Amino acid sequence: MPSQAVLTADQRPAPRYVEDVIRAAVILTMFWGIAAFLVGVVIAAQLVWPQLSFDSPYLTFGRLRPLHTSAAVFAFGGTALIGTAFHVVQRTCRARLFGGEPLGWFVLLGYQFFIVAAALGYLFGITQSKEYAEPEWFVDLWLTIVWVAYLIAYLGTVMKREEPHIYVANWFYLAFIITIAMLHIVNNLALPVSVTGTKSYGAWSGVQDAMIQWWYGHNAVGFFLTAAFLGMMYYYIPKAANRPVYSYRLSIIHFWSLVFLYIWAGPHHLHYTSLPDWAQTLGMAFSVMLWMPSWGGMINGLMTLSGAWDKLRTDPGLRFSVTAVGFYGMATFEGPVMSIKAVNSLSHYTDWTIGHVHSGALGWVAFIVFGTMYYLVPKMWNRPAMWSTRLISWHYWIATIGIVLYITAMWVSGIMQGLMWRAYDELGFLQYSFVETVAAMHPFYLIRLLGGVCFLSGGLIMAYNMWRTIRTETETLATRTTQPALAA
Amino acid sequence: MTLESLHEFLASFWTVWAVIIFLLIVYWALRPRNRKRFEKDARIPLDDDR
Repeated sequence: MPSQAVLTADQRPAPRYVEDVIRAAVILTMFWGIAAFLVGVVIAAQLVWPQLSFDSPYLTFGRLRPLHTSAAVFAFGGTALIGTAFHVVQRTCRARLFGGEPLGWFVLLGYQFFIVAAALGYLFGITQSKEYAEPEWFVDLWLTIVWVAYLIAYLGTVMKREEPHIYVANWFYLAFIITIAMLHIVNNLALPVSVTGTKSYGAWSGVQDAMIQWWYGHNAVGFFLTAAFLGMMYYYIPKAANRPVYSYRLSIIHFWSLVFLYIWAGPHHLHYTSLPDWAQTLGMAFSVMLWMPSWGGMINGLMTLSGAWDKLRTDPGLRFSVTAVGFYGMATFEGPVMSIKAVNSLSHYTDWTIGHVHSGALGWVAFIVFGTMYYLVPKMWNRPAMWSTRLISWHYWIATIGIVLYITAMWVSGIMQGLMWRAYDELGFLQYSFVETVAAMHPFYLIRLLGGVCFLSGGLIMAYNMWRTIRTETETLATRTTQPALAA
Repeated sequence: MTLESLHEFLASFWTVWAVIIFLLIVYWALRPRNRKRFEKDARIPLDDDR
């Protein structure tokens, strides 16, 4: 593999960059995607048929649910981000990854070890019970080491760049890496009971603990699930469309307004709790202000296609990315609405929240990853195109139908649930018992399960297409594809 | 006035400083003089494939 001598050979991009790590990250992303969707389908089925936990403590909803969320966010999303961050930073800086193959492999494989350790912990009931921060102290420490290595690799590459300007996608990736480091460390400060035991007690207590948890939790959404994937958008959509981003100045304003505002939005998770009122209102106000950067970013992403909209018909991979930006706009419209206290009093603790999260996670995060992977796989394996364009189309439609089924079912069930909880009869008694509200949600849980099965099927189609692309020789692929290569 | 109390006084206006920094960034982004360089910077991903 590349040695020091190759570094000076400017004309040969192939050996110049660290690419094996990226190829491995692409395959692992696909693997974790299927795993996350599968566990999601299992727990959706458990909500329809509770007996599916088979009375086993290892298969209860409470243990499988964090397995699903972590597999989706951290395993699927995180591995995609590590792989694409290394790809984008090397390409836009025209520099080989700092630390080369060894550091790249350490970050990727170290992160995989974190995922497996965390997942096993959930199944065995080892958890600190903080949402999206469930892993216990020893796993947290390991992730800190890996994450610092990730930061060093990324920042080191930026610092030795040959391109004078740092392209905007790198700002988003870097904001993600730095902020997640800060959030992870502060939220997980804990005192282990013993060096050899798994149990620890958190450093924070009471309402401070709740506020720090949601400062962490919401910025995990803001910087992991938003900023980082926006970095993906700002590189891969221009690449796939073969046009520069609609407005580079807008992307600068997009970045800084997002960074200045997002960090304050966390308190909207704690409306009508013991958190002081002023803090709740502050969180609400900042959440509503987030409309502007979010929509500015969406417009920037979509308008990059202006004059090239026809590509959406011929390139279903790009269709994924563009639809993702549409979902980004939709989810970031819905989020501020739900953060308004009056709306939140209806929506909080209901399925509406679950629907909102999934329009973001499936529509935005997963779709932008799919679009990116359909671009990246032919690039990384030197193929003219994916093995089958028709299968990409099939994946697109089956996944889109799945999302629509999922979020519409959750809207109806969530709003119904909220209305039933607050309904009073003429004597002032609650009109419905809790179990009645649960029974009413049954049909919508079934529709949600169907949506999840669609989304999983789409993922399996993608995995098959990816496998065929990688395994089929370039010459065979070239004759197979009737249209010219999709990307330049 | 000691340096500490001056620091404390200025730090209490941190939202104002943050807004000023943000407005400076917006000014920098929208400044007509910078139009050309940003158009060039936007092409960084596309100028990559040799």
